[in-house]
Amino acid sequence: MFRLNTLQKTVILTILIIWALVNLFPLGVMVVSGFKTTREIFLSPFSFPAHWSFKSYKEAWSVANFSTYFKNSIIVTIVSITATLFIASMAAYVLARFEFPGRRALYLFILAGLVLPVRLAIIPIFLLIRKLGLSNTLVSLYIVYTAGGISFSTFLLTNFFKSIPMDIEDAARIDGASYFRVYWQIHLPLLRPALATVTVFNFIRVWNDFFFPLIFINDNTKKTIPLGIQNFFGEYSIQWDLLFAGLNIAVIPIIIFFIILSKQFIGGLTEGAIK
Amino acid sequence: MAKVELKGIGKVYDGNVRAVDNANIVVEDKEFLVLVGPSGCGKSTTLRMIAGLEDISEGELLIDGKVVNNVPPKDRDIAMVFQNYALYPHMTVYDNMAFGLKIRKFSKEEIVKRVNEAAKILDIEELLDRKPKALSGGQRQRVAVGRAIVRQPKVFLFDEPLSNLDAKLRVQMRAEISSLHNRLKATMIYVTHDQVEAMTMADKIVVLKDGVIQQIGSPLDLYNKPANKFVAGFIGSPPMNFMQVTATEENGKVFIDEGTFKMEVPGGEYLKSYVGKNLIFGIRPEDISYVPEAIPHKTMNAHVTVVEPLGAEIHVYLYTGKHQFIARVAPDINIAVDQKLNFTVDFSKAVFFDGETELVINK
Repeated sequence: MFRLNTLQKTVILTILIIWALVNLFPLGVMVVSGFKTTREIFLSPFSFPAHWSFKSYKEAWSVANFSTYFKNSIIVTIVSITATLFIASMAAYVLARFEFPGRRALYLFILAGLVLPVRLAIIPIFLLIRKLGLSNTLVSLYIVYTAGGISFSTFLLTNFFKSIPMDIEDAARIDGASYFRVYWQIHLPLLRPALATVTVFNFIRVWNDFFFPLIFINDNTKKTIPLGIQNFFGEYSIQWDLLFAGLNIAVIPIIIFFIILSKQFIGGLTEGAIK
Repeated sequence: MAKVELKGIGKVYDGNVRAVDNANIVVEDKEFLVLVGPSGCGKSTTLRMIAGLEDISEGELLIDGKVVNNVPPKDRDIAMVFQNYALYPHMTVYDNMAFGLKIRKFSKEEIVKRVNEAAKILDIEELLDRKPKALSGGQRQRVAVGRAIVRQPKVFLFDEPLSNLDAKLRVQMRAEISSLHNRLKATMIYVTHDQVEAMTMADKIVVLKDGVIQQIGSPLDLYNKPANKFVAGFIGSPPMNFMQVTATEENGKVFIDEGTFKMEVPGGEYLKSYVGKNLIFGIRPEDISYVPEAIPHKTMNAHVTVVEPLGAEIHVYLYTGKHQFIARVAPDINIAVDQKLNFTVDFSKAVFFDGETELVINK
């Protein structure tokens, strides 16, 4: 453990506080602006609103279709993350625990996905999705997001799988567990911190993505939040009050998610398994 | 009940590394068999092959007369206790013990009954709601044993279960496992590198070295009639003393010449064919005794280098000028470092090994 004297503590704390303020200020402006009118946003951009109004939230939610975007975003995020976690964790289990010819090649093939920028392949992907008859559907987003998350998730989970003592798995097999049961009842509970990490990573990637919905989705009822927010940028004017309200709505799930999952980051779950 | 037979079992890794070679072992029903040997001798691999956790490269494994080479671990009706306990960290003690029963679809009442019974035997009833990380090493070991007991398997396998415990707890658990064996009347196969555990617990010991079985026998057989120099040196603490000697014959009597001393071997006729050849003379520390006066061809003179008083006995480290050896003497003899003393040996207990093959020379 490092021991700091008062001066060192003060310096470090000051730097950290300044850093925190720099980061929190734009967020604060965003939150506060959601309660102002457009006129007020321009007159006094950094002040608190004269009176706190939820009008722009209501308007964004119902009139500007935000309820639909929100619902779509949630469905897309849940489906793609669930699929990513399921596929990546099963792949990681096999890659970490089973010896078979071509295992390393397969692992490297999956890792290669980390190196390739998926957006460069947008034209073939678009053509593929259209050929499958999936353009303008949420399914197209499920597929692309799931595929996009597998490389990183498999990479991370494979290493976590390797850190689980082999003896626990052997014990379960002698207890009568099948390979799937070992994976489902022994490994997955032990991998919760890793799964939480993978979930957060994928959640941010999917929830905030603007690019793929822009390419695949035309129908207003199938838009996700990032694409929906674009509606506030009109040809001649921008509805700043609705925009800020919409941004606030978009941010809330991320914050809730972090609060719930940050607990899971605290590892120590395998503690007590072995000496 | 449960008889386990290994017929010519072998294990080869990656086509060339041989871990176990042609192991032939019969474990009788209700027998406590100990596989003992230094690290890397293949004892754990052998156990894991019996468990079904490792594929068997050669030979046949029979449980109750049925070949089980290709039967998965869950269908072999065995339970195993691991060196590092291998408890499921996310489950309570109760769930750890009930896991195997739940998979095997036992009724709820039966599971509760069996877990409580096992917990009672092992004295862990108060711990059933705890998670493994809230337990001490000894408690975890009990839970691991409990997880094996509840299944009531045909065969129990133990893979160095006590090596992570401190010395005092190890002695206590050793006795508990022995009494458990008497109580459950089950076949048990136990792997250890500690020859004291092997000697104290086993009905039958298998000594392994470099994947090859050196000897199979009861603890006292191995102690008194070792098959070769390795077994002789491995079993017993402090270990047997070895000295390189040559055999000579004078007037029909056989002598051994160590270089610094020459002693007559009473009844040593069986060594006559080795006259002029190199022999290894093996004698246990308790078969060497101190004598006040030197007697020609009956005693050896040695220099005391270390004295270890243990209370009930003294271990004296001695040096003949060519060989280091240990004698166990009574605590009432006054011995100090740097003394030169005379010792005699009990040749009826001595063993001789061929200098080339290191195999015992039978009387």
